[in-house]
Amino acid sequence: MTRVTAQGLTVERGGRAILSDVSCTLEAGTFVALVGANGAGKSTLLSALAGLLKPDRGEVTLDGVPLSRIERRELARRRAYLPQNPRAEWPISVERLVALGLTPQLPAFGGLPGGFEPRLTQAIEACDLTGQRLQPATTLSGGELARAMLARALVGDPEILIADEPITGLDPRHAIDTVQRLQALAAAGKLVIAAVHDLTLAARTATHLMALRQGKLAAFGPMADVLTPDLLRTVFDVEAQVTGTGRDTAVDFHQPVV
Amino acid sequence: MTGRRASWIAGLILAAAVLASLFLGRVVVSPMDLIHGLMSPDLSLASLVVTELRLPRAVLAVLVGASLGLSGAVLQGLLRNPLAEPGLLGVGNGAALGAVISIYFGLSQAFPLATPLMGLVGAVGAGLLTFVFGRGGTLTMILAGSAVSGITLAILALALNFAPNPYAGYEMNIWLLGSLSEKSWDHILLAAPFIVAGLGVLATMGRTMDALSLGEVQARSLGIDLDRMRVLALLGVGLAVGAATSVTGSIGFIGLVAPHLVRPFVGHQPSRTLLPSALLGGALLLAADIITRLINTQSELRLGVVTALIGAPFFFWLVLRLRKTAP
Repeated sequence: MTRVTAQGLTVERGGRAILSDVSCTLEAGTFVALVGANGAGKSTLLSALAGLLKPDRGEVTLDGVPLSRIERRELARRRAYLPQNPRAEWPISVERLVALGLTPQLPAFGGLPGGFEPRLTQAIEACDLTGQRLQPATTLSGGELARAMLARALVGDPEILIADEPITGLDPRHAIDTVQRLQALAAAGKLVIAAVHDLTLAARTATHLMALRQGKLAAFGPMADVLTPDLLRTVFDVEAQVTGTGRDTAVDFHQPVV
Repeated sequence: MTGRRASWIAGLILAAAVLASLFLGRVVVSPMDLIHGLMSPDLSLASLVVTELRLPRAVLAVLVGASLGLSGAVLQGLLRNPLAEPGLLGVGNGAALGAVISIYFGLSQAFPLATPLMGLVGAVGAGLLTFVFGRGGTLTMILAGSAVSGITLAILALALNFAPNPYAGYEMNIWLLGSLSEKSWDHILLAAPFIVAGLGVLATMGRTMDALSLGEVQARSLGIDLDRMRVLALLGVGLAVGAATSVTGSIGFIGLVAPHLVRPFVGHQPSRTLLPSALLGGALLLAADIITRLINTQSELRLGVVTALIGAPFFFWLVLRLRKTAP
């Protein structure tokens, strides 16, 4: 059972605390939506949880072992991380781009061993990219690229997926598509943590909500318990309304709080 | 096309270039003469020309060209920048400075291998400076490399300015233009171990470069140790290009051009550009060297001049292509 625990995470930059004293325990089978205003520390928290940023104080543990003590390839096999607006730097084919997700599984030399071919095809099919398989990644549309990057993250079958704003910039259909994939992953027993700005989509698909305000953890818990107008008001400084429950939830923002 | 097929083709081009360089030159040796000369026990002109002049020259060209081509491919992959080239890290200029200093103080006249030896010292010094100041990030490393290049070029200019006599000044200038002529097996024995070690280090970097196609953050998330890779790149380029420049002088454009020529044929996958770039780098340098030998000029046409004359227009092509593909 995968369990990621953060204890007293504090990250300071230029004398200012970007994250201060964040503690939480995240478990397999949940889809945690991370929300917060711009600059609240969402990306920093995700980087720290992914083990890509060493906190100034506190630590993150995976099944009780500090991330800093897990060998980097081992960690790479167990958790996948997608940064904000990932892009391909060379016009490599979608197939090769997705295969890069297997990097921590591969030996130092040589091409893709034959045994990995089915996994590659499966990831490409699962993300609806069969038609683009041989297309250069630099010519993909925004939605296709986002799917290709998701396939890249999933091809190694990680236990944990950490994604920084995976639906920002996607049209409604692709956004819904993406969150439903994340939801399905959580349902299949993975731990999914994603920063999102679309609260309605998050409320309908995520199991848990984590809210950051000025680097501090404002709330964390099951979606139904935590998502309230009061919380949104504190976190975003905007009057908000939450209607419906479960798959019918809708979040509306009104006036900024003066 | 797969990387393997691209390597085979680049290898065939290289083999053709090696054969051409053995037979072509001011003295034309026919293949029959050569075989005959090598078989017979007594020394013939043909066998002397080939074994003592052209063979070392060809071997050196392959080693140096491979260093430049592979270094260019690794740096372009590491920086994800099509303009990256081996000179970026300051090692080549460091080697040039060391060599010029040996000419300045007349060491090269006392001892012929003083120039390449001092070149190696210069390359090591420049590489260490880049390493010490450039730790912490890719951009920092490039900035440190430019700073080191700037300093070595300034001291080079100073040495040329105060050349002890016009002849020494001429020697230094000519040396800086790069050449494969008058190089013996001794030069090769001196440089080859460093070059081979450098090529070996660079050849291990394919997986990292592929992961870097996703950017530095995703590469790190895939378990790549970027700090270690930057050090390896500097070490590999430093050894290979430093040793190469120590022997031949500065030779531009091969490291820039070779990876670009290879890339479209291997689906732009960085790891697959490595071996073909090295092979093609050797072939390009041999071709340029053959041109310097075939064009009969009063004073020798220097290799660096030829590579620059052919390589610079390549930039125009690169600009045109980028203009076409850019959104």
